[in-house]
Amino acid sequence: MAGSSIMETLFQRTLEDLIKGMRLQLIGESAFISKAMEEIRREIKSTDLHTKSIALQKLTYLNSLHAADMSWAAFHAVECMSSSRFAEKRVGYVAASQSFNESTPVLLLITNQLRKDLTSVNEYEASLALECLAKIGTVDLARDLTPEIFTLLSSSKVFVRKKSIGVTMRLFEKYPDAVRVCFKRLVENLESSDPQSLSATVGVFCELAAKDPPSYLPLAPEFYRILVDSKNNWVLIKVLKIFAKLAPLEPRLAKKVVEPICEHMRRTGAKSLMFECVRTVVGSLSEYESAVKLAVAKIREFLLEDDPNLKYLGLHALSIVPPKHLWAVLENKEVVIKSLSDEDANIKLESLGLVMAMVSESSIVEISRVLVNYALKSDPEFCNEILGSLLSTCSRNFYEIVVDFDWYVSLLGEMSRTPHCQKGEEIESQLIDVGMRVRDARPELVRVARSLLIDPALLGNPFLHRVLSAAAWVSGEYVEFSLNPFELAEALIQPRASLLPNSIRAVYLQSVLKILVFSVNSYLSQTETLADLEPGVQASQMENSEASDLASVRAPIESEHDEAFNPGVLDRPSADISVEDIGTVADGDGQTSKFVSFRKNGFTRESIVNLLNLVEVAMRPLSGSLEVEILERACNILGLIEVLKREMPAQFQSEMVLEKEELEVLELIKLMDDAFSEELGPVSTSAQDRVPIPDGLVLKDNLADLDEIMGDVKLPSSNSFSLESPYYAERMDPASSNVQSKEDSEASNESTSLLAEHRKRHGLYYLPSEGNGTISNDYPPANDLKSGETTNQDDPEDFVRLTAQSLVSKKKPNYAKPRPVVVKLDEGELVLAVPKKQDSRDDLLSGAVRDILLGDDAVKLSSSIKGKEKVNMDPLDSKENMHDMEHSRHRKSSSRRSKQRPHRKERGQTSPEKLGMEKEEHGGKVKSKSSHRHGRQKSRQKAEGSSDVIVQTPVIPDFLL
Amino acid sequence: MGIRFILMVNKQGQTRLAQYYEYLTLEERRALEGEIVRKCLARTEQQCSFVEHRNYKIVYRRYASLFFLVGVDNDENELAILEFIHLLVETMDRHFGNVCELDIMFHLEKAHFMLEEMVMNGCIVETSKANILAPIQLMEKSS
Repeated sequence: MAGSSIMETLFQRTLEDLIKGMRLQLIGESAFISKAMEEIRREIKSTDLHTKSIALQKLTYLNSLHAADMSWAAFHAVECMSSSRFAEKRVGYVAASQSFNESTPVLLLITNQLRKDLTSVNEYEASLALECLAKIGTVDLARDLTPEIFTLLSSSKVFVRKKSIGVTMRLFEKYPDAVRVCFKRLVENLESSDPQSLSATVGVFCELAAKDPPSYLPLAPEFYRILVDSKNNWVLIKVLKIFAKLAPLEPRLAKKVVEPICEHMRRTGAKSLMFECVRTVVGSLSEYESAVKLAVAKIREFLLEDDPNLKYLGLHALSIVPPKHLWAVLENKEVVIKSLSDEDANIKLESLGLVMAMVSESSIVEISRVLVNYALKSDPEFCNEILGSLLSTCSRNFYEIVVDFDWYVSLLGEMSRTPHCQKGEEIESQLIDVGMRVRDARPELVRVARSLLIDPALLGNPFLHRVLSAAAWVSGEYVEFSLNPFELAEALIQPRASLLPNSIRAVYLQSVLKILVFSVNSYLSQTETLADLEPGVQASQMENSEASDLASVRAPIESEHDEAFNPGVLDRPSADISVEDIGTVADGDGQTSKFVSFRKNGFTRESIVNLLNLVEVAMRPLSGSLEVEILERACNILGLIEVLKREMPAQFQSEMVLEKEELEVLELIKLMDDAFSEELGPVSTSAQDRVPIPDGLVLKDNLADLDEIMGDVKLPSSNSFSLESPYYAERMDPASSNVQSKEDSEASNESTSLLAEHRKRHGLYYLPSEGNGTISNDYPPANDLKSGETTNQDDPEDFVRLTAQSLVSKKKPNYAKPRPVVVKLDEGELVLAVPKKQDSRDDLLSGAVRDILLGDDAVKLSSSIKGKEKVNMDPLDSKENMHDMEHSRHRKSSSRRSKQRPHRKERGQTSPEKLGMEKEEHGGKVKSKSSHRHGRQKSRQKAEGSSDVIVQTPVIPDFLL
Repeated sequence: MGIRFILMVNKQGQTRLAQYYEYLTLEERRALEGEIVRKCLARTEQQCSFVEHRNYKIVYRRYASLFFLVGVDNDENELAILEFIHLLVETMDRHFGNVCELDIMFHLEKAHFMLEEMVMNGCIVETSKANILAPIQLMEKSS
């Protein structure tokens, strides 16, 4: 063994040899690597640490650049770490920090080694340990080594001190209680005269403040001093980032810092610092008009540069400018529009966003036209970006900027015809949404749907299937606005419809049924009225429709013979069968269309018979479909036709006779039509909340056991979710048939994922599961501009956007044509926003930081009040908490959070003792502490005084501002 | 965490240095490097040096045959990162003298050493060339 070890030492290849060999690549890279790995595996077992370390070094190299596995060598890394020679120790440390992670078993072995090196007199050894800890520090390591870091934080050696500062971030993150020990020393370093430590400390605070800004407000004076004094751009950028987070929380602070920031902006030659100033001003200090003006002037400089980087950043900065300063964007309109055709996709995207920001009620028509035309010419990716942003801009806040819905609906139609369009899903939901919300748009909607449906070319594009599904639904639901229902029916049963996925075919069939019922009902009620009239009038009426009758009398006879539906009719240019022609069809060519005999309110016996025949012919083959949804619907339609035909023979013989039995048919059809014509409205996402849960109904039972018993039973059709009108079931159909069709092929244990998918697509029927997640899906939540304050927006940006929009909408220009009513749901309806899940560790961390900064008094106040929750005010919540002073500042809206209460209390009780110890240790700090307390009491009084939204006044000592 | 990773990749797409500040498995690393290299190397000089990728940004800069790619959080200052890259190159230049790809290939551990001095836990902690190079020079002297 010893012999081989010497041999290995003598003939071992060094890392350099390895790299050289690799470059020669005589045997190919992968072969070379596997050979080298063999070598390493042998060498690394050597008892000689030098040999071992070189092998480990080679392994680290291969791992880093050639993705060779090195997890197996963890123990060897630990061995090298314990070497007394620096070079070997370093190899060990590098290997460890590169490959160790939470699950590395040997991690437990290195605690003592790290401790030993951290306390080493050799600063370079200590720095190795610090770097390693910064990368792989786990909860255990952080807890065990906190005392050592605490010592190093005030080390006289700057080299070690700055690194220990860097480590604290990892320490706090993993082990929040370390804050109680180390935080004060960290703050001391903020006042350090040494630039290196200062720079490192600011970096750490920048990261900390990004996670939980309010906790660091008390340190604002220190940061302010750095902002004014520091000459180091790196440090200034970090400090600006901190202020960008703090300023929105405390208006007085914003007022204080705005001038120094502008000063930097004016003076500095460094673009990076200037950009940071600009970003801070437009993002967080937009209240200050003059500062914003200066920043926008700087942005303009950026935009006019040739450098694509500066241009991109300029556009990016403009996009941060809040909507109330829209003038900033408008001022740079030319550049923005020009950038739309930049060769850099990133720049194009930014400018697209800005163009959308400029859109207003008056310009939307023009801009959309330009953009849709532009989309036709762009590459597929950008084309869809354009369409996507148009769709989202127009639908924003219940189509706020859309005045002319006829125009918007036809725009939707136009977008879906764009060759690269992949936004089918979004267009689908908007078509349906507009139909439900805007009554006045329905005639146009049906017209657009018709033109989409009769175009056979669209059936071939899978991205458009969803649009067609919406078009089919619209044409069925609002068939009464159609000028020619027969034509719609014809389009829906055209043979090429077989190209559609089953779920969408099912929608088609359901629409056929609706059209059928509508037509027959219209006809019957028409004859009924006619029968009541005297024969003379009737006759003259009949004469009126003679022209059309001429065409249709011949048609049914022909269609009896031609079994198959003649697709030629549809393949003609749509103008042939367009509504304008309807009145004048009875020219010589009776074949033009069998159904053009239809006239508004002029259903004739023949046309109805024709329709029935045609649909029957088309349904026959489908009644043998393997897809249950289609099968069932086709059978329904066939059944209905059969009933109609059986019950109506008298009707077919003579129009004048109204027999008793026929009245039954009339009733039946009437009933169906009533059911179908019940108006559908948008449903609030919180509607389910208001349905009281009946006694004895257990909703939260664990049904996991059922899986075992019912493992192979199909998921119940989602139709069971239908509530009151048959339309609910109808609307659900695409999804439910999906569920079923998929189940045929997939294992039943995947039913949950299907359900999840279903949920996602039909979020409307469910309670919002997480924040706004489902909202964008189908129907916006029930809120209105006026209810802006009460709606729960998940994050501040949304809120800002909302309020900004309401600002914009105030200056509505007067239009000749009044904007149609857009149905919105009742106000005051609160969507229960489930607060974002927070990392409990973050909670602990911010809690600990507050404890330290604010002292024991404020422990009660210290909680996880996050900036984002500030605007997420729920009046109910505040009422609930009003009497509970201890928690008056906790915004809790879920049981999950309230579960943490006891835990926090407990911490609140224990921390004062700890703090007491701290105070003894740091007697010198008493003075500043008392001033802290002063400010604290003030804010506490404020908190007691009012329990409304603004109670969340950040704690900041007054005298410092 | 400001900086998530630093990569040096040559024109052919071979990784010359990879430093991650968050733990990724080998497969994740390989996938990430592949995606990024494909995305960034295809860009032209006239395009900007910032690319959005997944939920973060990549700031890159090309020096001769070598691309320096830095993955950063979204609110990181892009220009500062460009300056950071330049500082890194200048530092290596001062140490190696007219640094080239081969220097980094053969002295990877030194390049890592410099990065360790400059960046800690994803934070830029040191920006003075002299301070960055001091420990390396000391180590070279002693060995």
